[in-house]
Amino acid sequence: MARIGVFVCHCGTNISATVDVKKVAEIAKGFPGVKFTTDYRYMCSEPGQDLIQKMVKEHNLTRIVVAACSPSLHEKTFRTCTQNAGLNPYFFEMANIREQCSWVHDDREEATLKAIDIVKLAAAKVGKNNPLQTTFIPVEKRVLIIGGGISGIQAAIDVAFNGFETVIVEREPSIGGRMAMFDKTFPTLDCAACILTPKMVEVNQSDLIKLYTYSEVEEVSGYVGNFKVKIRRKARLVDENKCNGCGTCWQRCPVRLPSEFDMNLGKRKAIYVPFPQAVPNVPVIDQEHCLYINKKKCGICKKVCPFEAIDYEQKDEVIEEKFGAIIVATGFTMFDHSIYGEYGYGKYKNVTTGLHFERMLNSSGPTGGKIVRPSDGKEAKKVVFIQCVGSRDEARGMPYCSRLCCMYTAKQALLLKEHNPEAEAYVFYIDIRAAGKNYEEFVERVQDEYGATYLRGRVSKIFQRNGRLMVRGCDTLSGTQIEIDADLVVLATALIARPDAIKLAQMLHIPYDQNRLFTEAHPKLAPVETVTTGVFLTGACQSPKDIPDTVATASAASVKACGLLSHEKLPIDPQIARVDVEICSGCLACQEVCPFGAIEKEEIVDRVTQQKRWVAKIAPSLCNGCGACNTACRPGAIDLDGFTEEQIFGQIESLTADKGDER
Amino acid sequence: MKDNRSIKERDLGSKPAREKVKIAAFLCKWCSYAGADLAGGSRKKYPPNVIVIRTPCSARTNPLFVWKSLEKGLDGVLVSGCHPGECHYSEGNYHTRRNFAVFRKLLEYIGIEPERFHMSWVSAAEGDKWAEVVKDVVKVVESAGPNTYFSKKKEDNG
Ligand SMILES: Cc1cc2nc3c(=O)[nH]c(=O)nc-3n(C[C@H](O)[C@H](O)[C@H](O)COP(=O)(O)OP(=O)(O)OC[C@H]3O[C@@H](n4cnc5c(N)ncnc54)[C@H](O)[C@@H]3O)c2cc1C
Ligand code: SF4
Ligand code: SF4
Ligand code: FES
Repeated sequence: MARIGVFVCHCGTNISATVDVKKVAEIAKGFPGVKFTTDYRYMCSEPGQDLIQKMVKEHNLTRIVVAACSPSLHEKTFRTCTQNAGLNPYFFEMANIREQCSWVHDDREEATLKAIDIVKLAAAKVGKNNPLQTTFIPVEKRVLIIGGGISGIQAAIDVAFNGFETVIVEREPSIGGRMAMFDKTFPTLDCAACILTPKMVEVNQSDLIKLYTYSEVEEVSGYVGNFKVKIRRKARLVDENKCNGCGTCWQRCPVRLPSEFDMNLGKRKAIYVPFPQAVPNVPVIDQEHCLYINKKKCGICKKVCPFEAIDYEQKDEVIEEKFGAIIVATGFTMFDHSIYGEYGYGKYKNVTTGLHFERMLNSSGPTGGKIVRPSDGKEAKKVVFIQCVGSRDEARGMPYCSRLCCMYTAKQALLLKEHNPEAEAYVFYIDIRAAGKNYEEFVERVQDEYGATYLRGRVSKIFQRNGRLMVRGCDTLSGTQIEIDADLVVLATALIARPDAIKLAQMLHIPYDQNRLFTEAHPKLAPVETVTTGVFLTGACQSPKDIPDTVATASAASVKACGLLSHEKLPIDPQIARVDVEICSGCLACQEVCPFGAIEKEEIVDRVTQQKRWVAKIAPSLCNGCGACNTACRPGAIDLDGFTEEQIFGQIESLTADKGDER
Repeated sequence: MKDNRSIKERDLGSKPAREKVKIAAFLCKWCSYAGADLAGGSRKKYPPNVIVIRTPCSARTNPLFVWKSLEKGLDGVLVSGCHPGECHYSEGNYHTRRNFAVFRKLLEYIGIEPERFHMSWVSAAEGDKWAEVVKDVVKVVESAGPNTYFSKKKEDNG
């Protein structure tokens, strides 16, 4: 039988001003199992804690209730204190008589009665606490980074700097992400390649960083410290170990296709590297369009490769590796603005997007750095930029502000002028949001020094008149209707989650919001963590971010990941679910509700019938102790330590008639 | 009216202790419990009729707990968790919502006053809302009066 001690805190006068703490202690003496009660000014103070330990010895107490503040403040403190008193740390319960009693009631009598109930509840629970042991799991000292954009690259460099091995899994043939597409970056206008390429090379040369490009994560199982990850390495049809990137093959390949990297403004071959600085500098064969693969013709690349690196027989390979932590860095994609019929995208070749414009600005891009009209390749002199396309539009687009469009549009207007001082830039905007360091100044400069015309208002229609593209909008500041004949229209489309974001989130058991952006564990205090321990977020997959913010979150995520890896072993919370296989019917209703994929089926031999049957099995390291399975289990085979059925029913009964007393 | 409290407690003051309704509230620790803590931190006042039972997630709250509470003579029950979509375990409260939608029908069918069972979504930031929820719930449960459904039944049967 448990011997319970109840310690009632005054918290100075925070509790005792409203609650008669002496009365609470006195009445608690009559609760079942309670052998000792007392009150004290500050239970959390050192003398307070000493008192608990002393009384445990003196009165042979085996369970502790502290009636004080919220468990979110001091549960940990008193658990440790309970442990120091020689008891199991889980032989402790907290009765919250401050936040949920003395602070919210005025009537002393009523508050005291309620405090008594709260203590009674805790005493009823603590008597039924099971001794729980914190278990430890070993940590695999490697980090998986999904996505090789600037965020994944930075994270890998930081993790490697801390001495841990990392693997980047990148879907495309090269790392680099969106940043590799840009010419210059706001607000300092450093050339993107000049600051990105050295980092890409560093990744490639580091002994601690392994690169799996043209690869995808297929399956994630396991848990923090011990993730098991299946990675599909798509067949490149080029042997990475033999190829030295000489380029003979792609120069000779006869198939010309629109280049995705160049936003279809330029061409690539069927065997290609997406851009000249690609890392690794090893091409892939586009199997859909390769003549040899489809018609058994051609075969030129194989013939010309000096290193015999081409291997048409190569197959996809699925490998399995183990990791201690995972960093998600999958970035963003652009909003499909074809929904805005008034902008005529698809109908007019000269209506493009910010990413198209970036490629045109890039001197190694499809136009060699010339701003042209896609329709006829002639130089574009009059360019209209339209901001907020798909952003801040609850009805048709995304409800949020994409944060960077104001800035990249300003940058593009500036670069347009630098490329061609004669050119005219018009920017339609709703508001200018330039809140970063030196951002406001940058936008001012674009207007004052570079003479870009900023027009506050929406564009109502883009149409063609006499072979010219006409942009009709309003300038709400002057209250006039405006028509501009434009060579080129650039839409600043919203940054949104990648199409496969939900699939990845489900694989990793991380939540996402209504916009499919991955959700951090806490928006302020845990911005790069997720609720799945050991999985971290960085970059634009979480919310639209510019490069400075992306890099900052990448470093933050790697610190968190390295922090985990710096432990030999990790503790796991023992307040988790367990299955009683004697009762389990094997229906697996529990498996369906578990948000963490912690439940699997297991075959056992029935003790009575000696027949094989299926039962549910919970992986302790995956279970987060939510208790959903508990409720889902009809036969009542699952229980949750720390919140057992017996405890909760006991609490309910303690709240209702105390029959023993009444007789 | 039957007094549900122990003699010792009843002796405490002059007021008849069962003058008012008594309500159990099952709160998930991440949102609603933290919201209730915040109400305390910001000294929001609300009636003392609600006693909180802390759970990890609202999904832990089995409809049977509510049933048991009512059967044992509590006058009302409140189940509260994070807002849909904001459950700490990502989807627990969707299960809660589903479980209790069915349970509510059952209560209706059995003939227990719907005023006795409440659900709410209160986030860790909504101390004000918690105070309001308690006020509302207490008012509605009070309108239903003391819960005699089960005690009457016992008398009928015995
Ligand atoms: C038009 C435009 C101009 C911009 N100009 C600037 C600027 O001047 N200055 C600035 O600071 N910011 C600028 N930005 C913002 C900048 O693009 C982002 O900050 C940056 O790209 C975010 O990096 P990231 O690594 O998070 O995402 P990304 O660059 O999107 O990289 C993500 C990577 O992950 C890969 N990936 C995705 N899903 C998977 C998967 N399931 N498995 C494996 N790999 C996957 C992708 O292939 C990609 O390589 C601009 C953005 C736009 C749209
Ligand atoms: S729900 Fe219960 S009975 Fe069904 S498989 Fe899970 S543990 Fe077993
Ligand atoms: S308690 Fe929650 S996390 Fe643990 S096994 Fe059950 S449903 Fe999964
Ligand atoms: S944690 Fe609050 S409802 Fe799930």
